[in-house]
Amino acid sequence: MKTEPISEQDLHAYVDNQLDAERRAQVEAYLAVQPEAAALVQDLRLQNQLLHEAYDNVLNEPVPIRMGTALQRKRFPLAWAASVAALAIGLVAGWAARDVMQPAAGPAVFAERALRAHLLYASEKRHPVEVPAEQEAHLVAWLSKRLDAPIRAPALHTHGFSLLGGRLLPGDEGPLAQLMYESADGERLTLIVRRAGRDSGDTRFQVLEQNGNSVFYWVDRDYGYALSGGMGKNRMMDIARAVDTQLRRP
Amino acid sequence: MADFAEQLAQHIPRLRRYARALTHDPAWSDDLVQDTLERALQRRWQYRFDSSLTAWLFTILYRLFLNDVARRGKQVPDDSEVPEPAVTPDFPMQIDMQRALARLTPEHRAVIVLIGLEQLSYQEAAAVLDVPLGTVMSRLSRGREQLRALLSGAPVAGTARLSRIK
Repeated sequence: MKTEPISEQDLHAYVDNQLDAERRAQVEAYLAVQPEAAALVQDLRLQNQLLHEAYDNVLNEPVPIRMGTALQRKRFPLAWAASVAALAIGLVAGWAARDVMQPAAGPAVFAERALRAHLLYASEKRHPVEVPAEQEAHLVAWLSKRLDAPIRAPALHTHGFSLLGGRLLPGDEGPLAQLMYESADGERLTLIVRRAGRDSGDTRFQVLEQNGNSVFYWVDRDYGYALSGGMGKNRMMDIARAVDTQLRRP
Repeated sequence: MADFAEQLAQHIPRLRRYARALTHDPAWSDDLVQDTLERALQRRWQYRFDSSLTAWLFTILYRLFLNDVARRGKQVPDDSEVPEPAVTPDFPMQIDMQRALARLTPEHRAVIVLIGLEQLSYQEAAAVLDVPLGTVMSRLSRGREQLRALLSGAPVAGTARLSRIK
Protein backbone atom coordinates (compact mmCIF):
# COMPACT_ATOMS: atom_id res chain seq x y z
CA MET A 1 0.00 0.00 0.00
CA LYS A 2 1.33 3.39 -0.93
CA THR A 3 1.97 5.71 2.01
CA GLU A 4 0.70 9.28 1.80
CA PRO A 5 3.51 11.79 2.27
CA ILE A 6 3.62 13.29 5.76
CA SER A 7 2.23 16.84 5.72
CA GLU A 8 2.45 19.63 8.26
CA GLN A 9 -1.17 18.84 9.11
CA ASP A 10 -0.09 15.34 10.08
CA LEU A 11 2.44 16.79 12.49
CA HIS A 12 -0.25 18.92 14.17
CA ALA A 13 -2.62 15.97 14.30
CA TYR A 14 0.17 13.83 15.75
CA VAL A 15 0.76 16.32 18.56
CA ASP A 16 -2.98 16.63 19.18
CA ASN A 17 -3.50 12.85 19.35
CA GLN A 18 -5.84 12.86 16.38
CA LEU A 19 -4.19 10.14 14.29
CA ASP A 20 -5.00 6.47 14.14
CA ALA A 21 -2.32 3.98 15.15
CA GLU A 22 -1.15 3.31 11.62
CA ARG A 23 -0.67 6.92 10.62
CA ARG A 24 0.90 7.60 13.98
CA ALA A 25 3.57 5.01 13.34
CA GLN A 26 4.26 6.51 9.93
CA VAL A 27 4.69 9.97 11.43
CA GLU A 28 7.03 8.62 14.07
CA ALA A 29 9.17 6.94 11.42
CA TYR A 30 9.26 10.25 9.54
CA LEU A 31 10.25 12.23 12.62
CA ALA A 32 13.13 9.87 13.29
CA VAL A 33 14.83 11.00 10.09
CA GLN A 34 13.56 14.60 9.83
CA PRO A 35 15.07 16.70 12.61
CA GLU A 36 13.36 19.88 11.40
CA ALA A 37 9.94 18.26 11.64
CA ALA A 38 10.88 16.76 15.00
CA ALA A 39 11.80 20.22 16.27
CA LEU A 40 8.43 21.55 15.14
CA VAL A 41 6.65 18.70 16.92
CA GLN A 42 8.59 19.48 20.07
CA ASP A 43 7.59 23.16 19.85
CA LEU A 44 3.95 22.31 19.34
CA ARG A 45 4.00 19.95 22.30
CA LEU A 46 5.53 22.69 24.41
CA GLN A 47 2.77 25.08 23.31
CA ASN A 48 0.05 22.68 24.43
CA GLN A 49 1.84 22.08 27.70
CA LEU A 50 2.20 25.82 28.33
CA LEU A 51 -1.48 26.35 27.61
CA HIS A 52 -2.33 23.90 30.36
CA GLU A 53 0.15 25.39 32.77
CA ALA A 54 -1.17 28.87 32.07
CA TYR A 55 -4.90 28.16 32.40
CA ASP A 56 -5.51 24.95 34.34
CA ASN A 57 -5.46 26.92 37.59
CA VAL A 58 -8.85 28.31 36.63
CA LEU A 59 -10.33 24.83 37.07
CA ASN A 60 -9.50 24.99 40.76
CA GLU A 61 -10.82 28.47 41.42
CA PRO A 62 -13.98 28.66 43.53
CA VAL A 63 -17.01 28.83 41.29
CA PRO A 64 -18.86 32.12 41.82
CA ILE A 65 -22.10 31.29 43.56
CA ARG A 66 -24.03 33.34 41.04
CA MET A 67 -23.32 30.65 38.47
CA GLY A 68 -25.09 28.10 40.64
CA THR A 69 -28.01 30.44 41.11
CA ALA A 70 -28.17 31.02 37.36
CA LEU A 71 -29.10 27.35 37.11
CA GLN A 72 -31.94 27.59 39.60
CA ARG A 73 -34.50 29.85 38.07
CA LYS A 74 -37.82 30.67 39.62
CA ARG A 75 -39.75 29.08 36.79
CA PHE A 76 -38.43 25.63 37.66
CA PRO A 77 -39.85 23.43 40.40
CA LEU A 78 -38.50 24.10 43.83
CA ALA A 79 -37.16 20.61 44.48
CA TRP A 80 -35.27 20.72 41.25
CA ALA A 81 -33.84 24.12 42.04
CA ALA A 82 -32.75 22.86 45.44
CA SER A 83 -30.85 19.95 43.95
CA VAL A 84 -29.07 22.28 41.57
CA ALA A 85 -28.25 24.63 44.39
CA ALA A 86 -26.84 21.74 46.40
CA LEU A 87 -24.72 20.71 43.46
CA ALA A 88 -23.55 24.23 42.79
CA ILE A 89 -22.56 24.49 46.41
CA GLY A 90 -20.65 21.26 46.04
CA LEU A 91 -18.63 22.85 43.29
CA VAL A 92 -17.53 25.82 45.33
CA ALA A 93 -14.07 25.07 46.61
CA GLY A 94 -12.04 26.07 49.62
CA TRP A 95 -13.14 28.61 52.16
CA ALA A 96 -16.15 29.54 50.10
CA ALA A 97 -17.58 26.04 50.43
CA ARG A 98 -17.29 26.17 54.21
CA ASP A 99 -19.03 29.52 54.23
CA VAL A 100 -21.90 28.56 52.00
CA MET A 101 -22.73 25.41 53.88
CA GLN A 102 -23.14 27.16 57.19
CA PRO A 103 -26.62 28.22 58.26
CA ALA A 104 -27.84 31.70 57.40
CA ALA A 105 -25.51 34.37 58.65
CA GLY A 106 -26.19 36.79 61.46
CA PRO A 107 -24.21 40.01 61.55
CA ALA A 108 -21.42 38.49 63.67
CA VAL A 109 -20.98 35.58 61.25
CA PHE A 110 -20.96 38.06 58.40
CA ALA A 111 -18.23 40.04 60.15
CA GLU A 112 -16.12 36.94 60.68
CA ARG A 113 -16.40 36.01 57.04
CA ALA A 114 -15.54 39.52 56.00
CA LEU A 115 -12.40 39.33 58.10
CA ARG A 116 -11.41 35.97 56.66
CA ALA A 117 -11.91 37.27 53.15
CA HIS A 118 -9.87 40.32 54.10
CA LEU A 119 -6.98 38.21 55.37
CA LEU A 120 -7.14 36.00 52.30
CA TYR A 121 -7.08 38.71 49.67
CA ALA A 122 -5.38 41.68 51.34
CA SER A 123 -2.22 39.59 51.69
CA GLU A 124 -2.30 38.76 48.00
CA LYS A 125 0.62 40.52 46.32
CA ARG A 126 -0.11 39.91 42.68
CA HIS A 127 -3.86 39.40 42.48
CA PRO A 128 -5.58 41.20 45.33
CA VAL A 129 -8.53 42.16 43.15
CA GLU A 130 -10.45 40.74 40.23
CA VAL A 131 -11.17 44.09 38.60
CA PRO A 132 -8.65 46.89 39.15
CA ALA A 133 -9.61 50.44 40.11
CA GLU A 134 -8.56 51.73 36.68
CA GLN A 135 -11.81 50.18 35.50
CA GLU A 136 -13.85 51.67 38.33
CA ALA A 137 -16.92 52.31 36.20
CA HIS A 138 -16.91 48.72 35.00
CA LEU A 139 -16.20 47.45 38.50
CA VAL A 140 -19.11 49.33 40.03
CA ALA A 141 -21.47 48.39 37.21
CA TRP A 142 -20.46 44.75 37.39
CA LEU A 143 -20.82 44.46 41.17
CA SER A 144 -24.14 46.30 41.05
CA LYS A 145 -25.41 43.94 38.37
CA ARG A 146 -24.39 40.88 40.32
CA LEU A 147 -25.78 42.09 43.64
CA ASP A 148 -28.84 43.32 41.81
CA ALA A 149 -28.55 46.63 43.66
CA PRO A 150 -26.53 49.77 43.02
CA ILE A 151 -23.12 49.69 44.68
CA ARG A 152 -20.87 52.68 45.16
CA ALA A 153 -17.20 52.79 45.99
CA PRO A 154 -16.63 55.43 48.69
CA ALA A 155 -13.68 57.80 48.21
CA LEU A 156 -11.25 57.50 51.11
CA HIS A 157 -8.47 59.77 49.89
CA THR A 158 -8.87 62.10 52.85
CA HIS A 159 -7.97 59.12 55.04
CA GLY A 160 -4.97 58.25 52.88
CA PHE A 161 -6.53 55.31 51.04
CA SER A 162 -7.20 54.90 47.36
CA LEU A 163 -9.29 52.25 45.64
CA LEU A 164 -7.31 49.25 44.43
CA GLY A 165 -10.24 47.38 42.89
CA GLY A 166 -12.76 44.78 43.79
CA ARG A 167 -14.00 41.27 43.46
CA LEU A 168 -17.15 39.25 43.86
CA LEU A 169 -17.36 36.67 46.64
CA PRO A 170 -19.90 33.95 47.25
CA GLY A 171 -22.19 34.40 50.25
CA ASP A 172 -25.00 32.30 51.56
CA GLU A 173 -27.74 34.82 50.77
CA GLY A 174 -26.29 36.05 47.52
CA PRO A 175 -23.04 37.43 46.28
CA LEU A 176 -20.86 39.83 48.25
CA ALA A 177 -18.91 42.70 46.76
CA GLN A 178 -15.43 43.24 48.14
CA LEU A 179 -13.71 46.57 47.53
CA MET A 180 -10.07 46.92 48.42
CA TYR A 181 -8.21 50.12 49.30
CA GLU A 182 -4.52 50.74 49.76
CA SER A 183 -2.53 53.50 51.43
CA ALA A 184 0.77 54.89 50.22
CA ASP A 185 2.44 52.75 52.89
CA GLY A 186 0.87 49.60 51.49
CA GLU A 187 -1.73 49.16 54.25
CA ARG A 188 -4.88 47.59 52.95
CA LEU A 189 -8.53 47.93 53.87
CA THR A 190 -11.43 45.93 52.50
CA LEU A 191 -15.05 46.90 52.46
CA ILE A 192 -17.58 44.14 51.94
CA VAL A 193 -21.05 45.07 50.83
CA ARG A 194 -24.04 42.77 50.80
CA ARG A 195 -27.76 43.17 50.33
CA ALA A 196 -29.23 43.38 53.79
CA GLY A 197 -31.81 40.74 54.51
CA ARG A 198 -33.64 40.13 57.74
CA ASP A 199 -31.14 42.14 59.78
CA SER A 200 -32.19 45.44 58.31
CA GLY A 201 -32.90 48.25 60.68
CA ASP A 202 -29.91 47.78 62.97
CA THR A 203 -27.57 50.59 62.07
CA ARG A 204 -25.23 50.50 65.05
CA PHE A 205 -21.52 50.07 64.45
CA GLN A 206 -20.25 46.85 65.89
CA VAL A 207 -16.68 45.72 66.04
CA LEU A 208 -14.95 42.38 66.01
CA GLU A 209 -11.24 42.13 66.75
CA GLN A 210 -8.85 39.32 66.00
CA ASN A 211 -5.05 39.29 66.16
CA GLY A 212 -4.61 42.98 65.57
CA ASN A 213 -7.21 43.17 62.82
CA SER A 214 -10.61 44.63 63.32
CA VAL A 215 -13.88 44.57 61.44
CA PHE A 216 -16.44 47.29 61.78
CA TYR A 217 -19.81 46.13 60.60
CA TRP A 218 -23.15 47.82 60.36
CA VAL A 219 -26.36 47.78 58.42
CA ASP A 220 -27.94 50.67 56.61
CA ARG A 221 -31.48 49.77 55.58
CA ASP A 222 -30.74 48.02 52.28
CA TYR A 223 -27.12 47.09 52.70
CA GLY A 224 -24.84 45.40 55.16
CA TYR A 225 -21.24 46.63 55.37
CA ALA A 226 -18.07 45.24 56.89
CA LEU A 227 -14.86 47.24 56.90
CA SER A 228 -11.76 45.20 57.75
CA GLY A 229 -8.21 46.30 58.35
CA GLY A 230 -5.29 46.16 60.71
CA MET A 231 -4.76 49.83 61.43
CA GLY A 232 -5.94 50.22 64.97
CA LYS A 233 -9.45 50.68 66.24
CA ASN A 234 -9.58 54.47 66.33
CA ARG A 235 -8.41 54.96 62.79
CA MET A 236 -10.69 52.19 61.59
CA MET A 237 -13.63 53.80 63.35
CA ASP A 238 -12.97 57.12 61.60
CA ILE A 239 -12.85 55.44 58.24
CA ALA A 240 -15.97 53.40 58.95
CA ARG A 241 -17.80 56.64 59.81
CA ALA A 242 -16.59 58.20 56.57
CA VAL A 243 -17.79 55.19 54.57
CA ASP A 244 -21.16 55.26 56.30
CA THR A 245 -21.60 58.99 55.73
CA GLN A 246 -20.78 58.69 52.05
CA LEU A 247 -22.91 55.66 51.36
CA ARG A 248 -25.91 56.44 53.52
CA ARG A 249 -28.98 56.85 51.42
CA PRO A 250 -30.35 60.40 51.42
CA MET B 1 -34.44 18.09 33.69
CA ALA B 2 -32.45 17.87 36.86
CA ASP B 3 -29.84 15.85 35.02
CA PHE B 4 -29.41 18.57 32.47
CA ALA B 5 -28.84 21.31 35.03
CA GLU B 6 -26.43 19.05 36.88
CA GLN B 7 -24.49 18.44 33.72
CA LEU B 8 -24.36 22.18 33.11
CA ALA B 9 -23.09 22.77 36.64
CA GLN B 10 -20.35 20.21 36.12
CA HIS B 11 -19.17 22.11 33.07
CA ILE B 12 -18.68 25.40 34.91
CA PRO B 13 -14.97 24.99 35.72
CA ARG B 14 -14.14 24.02 32.15
CA LEU B 15 -16.22 26.81 30.70
CA ARG B 16 -14.40 29.25 32.94
CA ARG B 17 -10.99 28.01 31.80
CA TYR B 18 -12.07 28.25 28.18
CA ALA B 19 -13.51 31.75 28.62
CA ARG B 20 -10.44 32.92 30.54
CA ALA B 21 -8.13 31.77 27.79
CA LEU B 22 -10.29 33.55 25.21
CA THR B 23 -10.60 36.86 27.07
CA HIS B 24 -7.82 37.09 29.70
CA ASP B 25 -10.33 39.08 31.71
CA PRO B 26 -11.87 37.34 34.76
CA ALA B 27 -14.93 39.59 34.94
CA TRP B 28 -15.69 39.41 31.24
CA SER B 29 -15.03 35.70 31.23
CA ASP B 30 -17.37 34.98 34.14
CA ASP B 31 -20.07 37.07 32.49
CA LEU B 32 -19.66 34.94 29.37
CA VAL B 33 -19.96 31.73 31.39
CA GLN B 34 -23.01 33.05 33.22
CA ASP B 35 -24.71 34.05 29.98
CA THR B 36 -23.80 30.70 28.44
CA LEU B 37 -25.44 28.82 31.31
CA GLU B 38 -28.56 30.94 31.10
CA ARG B 39 -28.78 30.53 27.36
CA ALA B 40 -28.19 26.79 27.56
CA LEU B 41 -31.09 26.49 30.02
CA GLN B 42 -33.37 28.57 27.85
CA ARG B 43 -32.52 26.63 24.73
CA ARG B 44 -32.00 23.18 26.12
CA TRP B 45 -34.48 21.81 23.60
CA GLN B 46 -31.92 22.71 20.92
CA TYR B 47 -29.37 20.39 22.44
CA ARG B 48 -29.25 16.97 20.84
CA PHE B 49 -28.61 14.36 23.45
CA ASP B 50 -26.43 12.26 21.19
CA SER B 51 -23.97 15.11 20.73
CA SER B 52 -21.30 16.49 23.02
CA LEU B 53 -22.66 18.86 25.65
CA THR B 54 -19.18 20.31 26.06
CA ALA B 55 -18.96 21.20 22.39
CA TRP B 56 -22.47 22.67 22.43
CA LEU B 57 -21.65 24.89 25.42
CA PHE B 58 -18.36 25.93 23.83
CA THR B 59 -20.33 26.90 20.72
CA ILE B 60 -22.70 29.11 22.70
CA LEU B 61 -19.88 30.76 24.61
CA TYR B 62 -17.82 31.34 21.47
CA ARG B 63 -20.74 33.12 19.78
CA LEU B 64 -21.34 35.30 22.83
CA PHE B 65 -17.63 36.09 22.86
CA LEU B 66 -17.61 37.11 19.20
CA ASN B 67 -20.74 39.22 19.79
CA ASP B 68 -18.99 41.05 22.61
CA VAL B 69 -15.91 41.59 20.48
CA ALA B 70 -17.95 42.88 17.54
CA ARG B 71 -20.75 44.80 19.20
CA ARG B 72 -19.28 46.30 22.30
CA GLY B 73 -15.94 46.68 20.62
CA LYS B 74 -14.44 44.83 23.53
CA GLN B 75 -10.75 44.35 23.13
CA VAL B 76 -8.84 41.45 24.46
CA PRO B 77 -6.03 43.07 26.44
CA ASP B 78 -2.93 43.36 24.34
CA ASP B 79 0.64 42.93 25.42
CA SER B 80 0.93 46.17 27.35
CA GLU B 81 -2.31 45.57 29.23
CA VAL B 82 -1.49 42.10 30.47
CA PRO B 83 1.24 42.74 33.01
CA GLU B 84 -0.69 40.74 35.60
CA PRO B 85 -2.23 37.72 33.95
CA ALA B 86 -5.72 36.56 34.83
CA VAL B 87 -4.50 33.39 36.43
CA THR B 88 -1.37 32.99 38.49
CA PRO B 89 1.23 31.05 36.61
CA ASP B 90 4.42 30.38 38.46
CA PHE B 91 6.79 30.59 35.54
CA PRO B 92 7.59 33.33 33.09
CA MET B 93 6.93 31.01 30.15
CA GLN B 94 3.29 30.78 31.16
CA ILE B 95 2.96 34.55 31.27
CA ASP B 96 4.63 34.67 27.87
CA MET B 97 2.07 32.19 26.62
CA GLN B 98 -0.81 34.29 27.90
CA ARG B 99 0.59 37.41 26.30
CA ALA B 100 1.29 35.64 23.04
CA LEU B 101 -2.17 34.11 22.94
CA ALA B 102 -3.77 37.48 23.67
CA ARG B 103 -2.11 38.89 20.58
CA LEU B 104 -3.74 36.47 18.17
CA THR B 105 -7.02 37.29 16.47
CA PRO B 106 -10.07 35.96 18.35
CA GLU B 107 -10.59 33.34 15.63
CA HIS B 108 -7.03 32.02 15.77
CA ARG B 109 -7.04 32.10 19.54
CA ALA B 110 -10.25 30.09 19.70
CA VAL B 111 -8.85 27.33 17.49
CA ILE B 112 -5.70 27.05 19.57
CA VAL B 113 -7.64 27.01 22.83
CA LEU B 114 -10.23 24.47 21.68
CA ILE B 115 -7.65 22.05 20.33
CA GLY B 116 -4.51 22.66 22.37
CA LEU B 117 -6.13 23.33 25.74
CA GLU B 118 -9.62 21.84 25.61
CA GLN B 119 -8.50 18.90 23.48
CA LEU B 120 -11.44 18.84 21.15
CA SER B 121 -11.16 16.82 17.97
CA TYR B 122 -10.65 18.80 14.78
CA GLN B 123 -14.19 17.91 13.73
CA GLU B 124 -15.63 19.13 17.03
CA ALA B 125 -13.66 22.36 16.76
CA ALA B 126 -15.02 22.88 13.24
CA ALA B 127 -18.57 22.44 14.59
CA VAL B 128 -17.99 24.83 17.51
CA LEU B 129 -16.51 27.51 15.27
CA ASP B 130 -19.00 26.79 12.47
CA VAL B 131 -16.30 26.64 9.81
CA PRO B 132 -15.11 23.84 7.47
CA LEU B 133 -12.49 21.42 8.70
CA GLY B 134 -9.95 22.88 6.27
CA THR B 135 -10.39 26.29 7.88
CA VAL B 136 -9.75 24.81 11.31
CA MET B 137 -6.54 23.25 10.01
CA SER B 138 -5.31 26.44 8.37
CA ARG B 139 -6.16 28.59 11.41
CA LEU B 140 -4.50 26.08 13.69
CA SER B 141 -1.35 26.06 11.63
CA ARG B 142 -1.27 29.84 11.24
CA GLY B 143 -2.08 30.49 14.89
CA ARG B 144 0.61 28.13 16.12
CA GLU B 145 3.12 29.69 13.74
CA GLN B 146 2.38 33.06 15.29
CA LEU B 147 2.60 31.68 18.81
CA ARG B 148 5.89 30.05 17.98
CA ALA B 149 7.25 33.32 16.67
CA LEU B 150 5.90 35.33 19.62
CA LEU B 151 7.27 32.87 22.15
CA SER B 152 10.67 32.84 20.56
CA GLY B 153 10.72 36.63 20.41
CA ALA B 154 11.00 36.65 16.64
CA PRO B 155 8.84 38.94 14.50
CA VAL B 156 5.55 37.31 13.62
CA ALA B 157 6.19 37.66 9.90
CA GLY B 158 9.41 35.64 10.11
CA THR B 159 7.82 32.22 10.22
CA ALA B 160 8.84 30.98 6.82
CA ARG B 161 10.63 28.01 8.27
CA LEU B 162 7.46 26.38 9.43
CA SER B 163 5.65 26.68 6.15
CA ARG B 164 8.54 24.99 4.37
CA ILE B 165 7.89 21.73 6.17
CA LYS B 166 5.82 19.56 3.94
